[in-house]
Amino acid sequence: MKMSLTRRYDFAASHRLHAPKLSAEENQRIYGKCNNPYGHGHNYALEVTVTGPIDPATGMVANLGDLDPFVEREVLAAFDQKNLNEEVAQFRTEVPTTENVCREIFRRLQNFPAARLERVRIEETSKNSFEIGAEDFA
Amino acid sequence: MIRITRKVEFSASHFYHNPNFSVEENRRVFGKCNNPHGHGHNYTLEVTIAGEPDPATGMVLDLKELKELLEREVMDRMDHRHLNYEVPELAGKIPTCENIAEVIWQLLEPKITRGKLDRVRLYESPSLFADCTAGSASTNGAGKRA
Repeated sequence: MKMSLTRRYDFAASHRLHAPKLSAEENQRIYGKCNNPYGHGHNYALEVTVTGPIDPATGMVANLGDLDPFVEREVLAAFDQKNLNEEVAQFRTEVPTTENVCREIFRRLQNFPAARLERVRIEETSKNSFEIGAEDFA
Repeated sequence: MIRITRKVEFSASHFYHNPNFSVEENRRVFGKCNNPHGHGHNYTLEVTIAGEPDPATGMVLDLKELKELLEREVMDRMDHRHLNYEVPELAGKIPTCENIAEVIWQLLEPKITRGKLDRVRLYESPSLFADCTAGSASTNGAGKRA
């Protein structure tokens, strides 16, 4: 038997999908409306899953008193109410698709000290979701 | 292999307190959840069974049977109960989402008559859930604590 705990967070951010190595026409063809130079935004829902044994003293895989401030500090403070292209260093050079946002958030959270990060899942809208697991990240 | 999932909801009260901790330590570790008067949640439980459909019925496990099992083992035990005082299987354990999910797994697992228990997912709120899955505990990782 394996135990994991999932916590859901929300953040709102703007982005623009644009690959500088591609021509204007190619960017428009590939990214469509998401290539609008003024950008656009989403209410993202972020699910963070950690795994590990239940600590008998607390009954917890991870204390939300540890996880919540860690996610706030490592991710939400940097992503919420921000322009991802302009304000998150990784996306100055990488297209902020939600696939890449998943990978960047996994990178930022992987050193959570109290339990092992197992999965990061993001709903970009109620219709689109993306996830990356520890087995995919290596 | 096919997975089937049945969902039920129950409401219960609890609080977190470790008798081996000092008053201050309980407060620090458990925060608001340490309120000795308790508080409550609407829990949502999703139980997933994995297996091959029976060629005669087309079913992995008759959902009616699963519904009755959940009613008997979970709802009768936990719905409108105080989890600290009224559920013997949780005695001596802090009734966190993780521990409740584990107890539910242990209650259900031996009583599944077709297929295998694959996952117990327990939502304490829309923003927090615990998953108990069939994976081996050795894949759990170090789980070292801060």
